[in-house]
Amino acid sequence: MADAAAIPDEAEVRARWGAFQWNEDSKAKRDAILSRYPAGREQSASIPLLDLAQRQVGAETQTQGWLPVPVIEFVAREIGVPYMRVYEVATFYTMFNLAPVGRFHVQVCGTTPCMLRGSDDVLAACKNKGLIKGKTTPDGLFTLTEVECMGNCSSAPMVQINDDNYEDLDYDRTIAILETLANGGTPKPGTQEPGRHTVEPKGGPTSLTAMVTENHDYRGEWNVASQGADA
Amino acid sequence: MSLLDKDRIFTNLYGYQSWRLDAAMARGDWDNTKALLELGQDKIIDTIKASGLRGRGGAGFPTGTKWSFMPKEPKPDRPNFLVINADESEPGSCKDREIIRHDPHKLIEGALVAGFAMRARAAYIYIRGEYIREAEVLFAAVAEAYDKGLVGKNACGSGYDFDVFVHRGAGAYICGEETAMLESLEGKKGQPRLKPPFPAGAGLYGCPTTVNNVESIAVAPTILRRGAAWFSSFGAENNKGTKLFQISGHVNTPCVVEEAMSIPFRELIEKHCGGIRGGWDNLLAVIPGGSSVPLVPAKDIMDAPMDFDGLKAVGSGLGTAAVIVMDKSTDVVRAISRLSYFYKHESCGQCTPCREGTGWMWRVMERLRTGDAEIGEIDMLQQVTKQVEGHSICALGDAAAWPVQGLIRHFRPELERRIRERGGDTAPMQEAAE
Repeated sequence: MADAAAIPDEAEVRARWGAFQWNEDSKAKRDAILSRYPAGREQSASIPLLDLAQRQVGAETQTQGWLPVPVIEFVAREIGVPYMRVYEVATFYTMFNLAPVGRFHVQVCGTTPCMLRGSDDVLAACKNKGLIKGKTTPDGLFTLTEVECMGNCSSAPMVQINDDNYEDLDYDRTIAILETLANGGTPKPGTQEPGRHTVEPKGGPTSLTAMVTENHDYRGEWNVASQGADA
Repeated sequence: MSLLDKDRIFTNLYGYQSWRLDAAMARGDWDNTKALLELGQDKIIDTIKASGLRGRGGAGFPTGTKWSFMPKEPKPDRPNFLVINADESEPGSCKDREIIRHDPHKLIEGALVAGFAMRARAAYIYIRGEYIREAEVLFAAVAEAYDKGLVGKNACGSGYDFDVFVHRGAGAYICGEETAMLESLEGKKGQPRLKPPFPAGAGLYGCPTTVNNVESIAVAPTILRRGAAWFSSFGAENNKGTKLFQISGHVNTPCVVEEAMSIPFRELIEKHCGGIRGGWDNLLAVIPGGSSVPLVPAKDIMDAPMDFDGLKAVGSGLGTAAVIVMDKSTDVVRAISRLSYFYKHESCGQCTPCREGTGWMWRVMERLRTGDAEIGEIDMLQQVTKQVEGHSICALGDAAAWPVQGLIRHFRPELERRIRERGGDTAPMQEAAE
């Protein structure tokens, strides 16, 4: 908790967000979310609705979005549970931003599999571009956070920036991505390794090679005895 | 013998082809699923039992047996639920992501088959919040399946009504624990529940629930199509089937690959990963099953079979088959210390030994990393791990303790060297309480 953000709840926050309402797009999404849970179990929607609210705040502020206290209160009323039940959810899960973030939330994975493949270099690149852990750059463009394992370990190291992952990074590739974003461009998501498609071994797959060029159906081979079955 | 492409279940693992329904059907998914359901609940469960499939989420509990725990005659006000654990957050694990974004229809078809077998009314797929693009694919794939009548009312024309819902988490490792996942699905903090009651008795919304890993569910339709004997023809006794291995760290070409269970470590690395960076002599240690299992030194792992029993024999475990390879350039103390930080970060805070212990272990590990400690503190750390292990509601406490114990077991000389080089004492200071 020592490095947790201070939660702003001042008059200005209330003035800005006190009248928060779903926009038309969010309303449709809210209905779809609530339809997934049985009647009387609306509390199940707390996480999806907080996410929806954070995204709407993000769209209105041109950032990744965050959850001002009045917005959390709004979500609690939506699903008919006490404020504290939603507030404790918002503070428990790391993807909810309790303080404003920048246009791009740069989340560098620093857990061991990424560390072994060079996440130190990724963090160094961020630092040299002026990003400081837990802080937003003065131009409001980047917020840097070191996060725990993001599940991209076979294409490590990686960074998640807003909704997209950038994998197989090194110092230069990280710099290139940050510069592209700063210049208003859109970097290619996924692996940054030239020639690599997703998580196959670099240099081409060692299995399922027929799938590379065609949507191969292996069923015809199911009952064919293995050629020269090496026992 | 090595696994042939025709025996691989996840044929679109690398996403060279489309994940869409028509492409998936051309590869054989949703091929007369109605016939699979017509086998009947008991036959499906018996086939899965006979196949020897053990849960792919880490614990390795026999999947068919787990399904058989569900009530045979659910009451209308207490329906059975299937919850599919796609909260893949174990450091090193990255297989469910590939299934979800490249072969989602295998998972959805598996959800129907498994849900039918356990007489469930609906399946909830709990996907970790950070898998944003992956969740988009999954939502779209489920919508495709509904459009074609494959799930929903009268699923696949079988007369069975079955819903599939996707629920996104929001970034908490602990939600991969089954009861924490149920809490989270109910819209609460992901804090594990005491067991008993077990989820099969009282799970989601108090109803009977089974929680299965994505891979366990996604392989089920193929097992039913090709037969239990086919699946159990791979792997050693008690460790049957094929498995997605995820290799990360210091190999030349890290990758995710489906292989037969019990493949020797050396063969797995040579065949798919281009060998160890710098050659086999440069191998230091391997964490063979995700961060929660102890590391294994090079000499023990090289020829070990990659399965539940083979890795248990070398003092570790298969876990999720997330193989983290470390060569001799690794600062092994830092590698484990970083895992300690991970557990400190992810402890839900419910049980005192884990909440306090994970932070304590991390702080001592950081001092051991720099050598700013006393020799006696190594034993003290070992004792503390024993006080965390087994003293918490869920297994996160154990998972935090084991990597540290593994480090002390295998790399104690390295820890002592650092302390000595920094000028720490050579004899442990006596404590007054002795």
